[in-house]
Amino acid sequence: MRKLLFESVFRQPLTEPAPSAADAAVAELATAVGQTARRRLGRSLSIREVDAGSCNGCELEIHALNNAYYDVERFGLRFVASPRHADVLMVTGPVTKNMREALERTYHATPNPKWVVAVGDCARDGGCFAGSYAVVGGVSEVVPVDLHIPGCPPTPVAMLRGLLALLEQAGANAVTS
Amino acid sequence: MPSLIDLSLEGRKVGQHSPWLRVVVDASVWTFAASELAHGRWSLLGLWGDPATVHMAIMDGQAADIAVISLDCPNRRFPSVGRHHPPARRLERTIHDLFGLSAEDSSDARPWLDHNRWGVRFPLGDRIDALPKAAPYRFLAAEGDGLHQIPVGPVHAGIIEPGHFRFTASGETVVRLEQRLGYVHKGIDGLMTGASLERGVRLAGRASGDSTVAYAYAFSRAAEAALDLKAPERAVFLRALLAELERLANHLGDIGAICNDASFALMHAHCGVLRESVLRAAGAAFGHRLMRDVIVPGGVARDIGKDGMEAIQAALDNIRLRFPALVELYDNTASLQDRTVDTGTLKTSLASQYGAGGYVGRASGRSFDARRALAYPPYDSLHFDVPVLNEGDVNARVWIRIREVEQSLSLIDQILSRLSEGPIRKEVPLGGEVREGMAIVEGFRGDILVWLRLRNGLIERCHMRDPSWFQWPLLEAVIENNIVADFPLCNKSFNCSYSGHDL
Ligand code: SF4
Repeated sequence: MRKLLFESVFRQPLTEPAPSAADAAVAELATAVGQTARRRLGRSLSIREVDAGSCNGCELEIHALNNAYYDVERFGLRFVASPRHADVLMVTGPVTKNMREALERTYHATPNPKWVVAVGDCARDGGCFAGSYAVVGGVSEVVPVDLHIPGCPPTPVAMLRGLLALLEQAGANAVTS
Repeated sequence: MPSLIDLSLEGRKVGQHSPWLRVVVDASVWTFAASELAHGRWSLLGLWGDPATVHMAIMDGQAADIAVISLDCPNRRFPSVGRHHPPARRLERTIHDLFGLSAEDSSDARPWLDHNRWGVRFPLGDRIDALPKAAPYRFLAAEGDGLHQIPVGPVHAGIIEPGHFRFTASGETVVRLEQRLGYVHKGIDGLMTGASLERGVRLAGRASGDSTVAYAYAFSRAAEAALDLKAPERAVFLRALLAELERLANHLGDIGAICNDASFALMHAHCGVLRESVLRAAGAAFGHRLMRDVIVPGGVARDIGKDGMEAIQAALDNIRLRFPALVELYDNTASLQDRTVDTGTLKTSLASQYGAGGYVGRASGRSFDARRALAYPPYDSLHFDVPVLNEGDVNARVWIRIREVEQSLSLIDQILSRLSEGPIRKEVPLGGEVREGMAIVEGFRGDILVWLRLRNGLIERCHMRDPSWFQWPLLEAVIENNIVADFPLCNKSFNCSYSGHDL
């Protein structure tokens, strides 16, 4: 372990030598998210993720936000274990009928002010599961949604963009209200 | 040569069922099959319903022979298999929930996927209105001095799928774990009915996000079996390339995540980077990081270009460079080994009784791997080992994954070097009146079974069986006598699918 840790001290951080367009976009986005987060929220935004019936594809990409490339914690965006610690609920899936109550309860357990971000095509309107006897069809049928991030699943970059938009909006509301 | 299954099953053979036989049997043969399963001579591959029929897929030996037997149930009842062979129990409860067909004398008649929230009962059989107020779900009892219960979920503390776990503990030691699943039931079997193959494969690819390739692969192979269609050579190799990339990405992610649950975050960080490199390469090569909607009946929907091949090669080189040091780190960190060795041990007898697939089975002496046992192309012409261990603990499951990462690296090399030029997709014929097909494909977590019946080219019934069906119950068994704090480790080393199971 010492060897690996030692190497990490000397190794360059994880940025590619010649950043491609996509990587540049990540870097740019990262700066923007960081600045906005700090300005609006004093460096902290706690996110509680709720899977309300997803195929788990969205979760895989939400996980990726925590890897060393995207590392959202550096902007003060943190995934927390309880809705009671959260400012934002990130909800995925077409909301199955079996999960409806759990989602409602999680929403009510989240203190105000709070925002709901619906992640993925399913979360908008049920996606390809719409019409099933077992799904409600879209997060907004159950709890009010502030922002929708499309994709199946959205890439980590798309999610960073979405969070940035949310921060902008949240800040704007905070000023007006 | 007539096989063992053939000789022992009397019944009416169904035409147009490929590639294995389907036989309509009577109740005595059905029960005979159940007792063969109970005696460990055959293993259960699947058990599913139709509006007035039940079907059971069985395997003799390591895929020496596979058959589907079907029993008509005019009285909406069938002899219980689960009574003799416990792995069938949850499947029977599901058949009842969805179709209203009941297993006679079953030892567990509680609902499984149905939480009384759908508004209907038996949604795929003769739908009737659900009761406004149903009896509460009864968890199994665990009694004794000083026992306490810890209910967890459905909303868990991490970024994970929803399910409910009911622990009964004596102090720190778990004496019983009972799972309650079904929270992510989306009614996929129901949505399949009447769908086109095009929509069907999209749905299949969304059964379980981490196995999107494997599901689309299994679905497409089942459809092709039904329609007597052979995918072009280049597509056959591309499919295996996609499947191995998916396996690689998932194993890398999970190896890190297991270590993370033992509070060893360094492994998690490094493995996360390697996983990301695979996803990026996949994104560059196939336009989607999880490679969704690439495999379709008839072939693949997207070809790979030179850039894509280079991106994959670069990711492989990077993993080859960095992974060995991580393996060494895993092997030499006493605090980590302290948590994984001898934790959550799955006995070899249980693994074989439940026909556990994937790393769960292979870490407990069950060597079944559909790529080897069924040797579907192109795996019949590729070289690879199927690692097997007998210890059955968390550590063994980690090592199987480590070895499988190495095997996938080698497989991808072989595939890339043998990729021939040519078409990637064939026209899918509409097919005759009724055609049935089945396929079993090795996903990263084990064998995925897809069975379907087409009528005039549309899906009349499609059933998909995730490997998790036979792994979830084993997780209940392995946690016994471990401490509560070791549950995350056991759970992650199994990494059963919720969505794939709940469907
Ligand atoms: S949007 Fe796509 S990836 Fe996300 S849950 Fe739905 S099917 Fe899965």
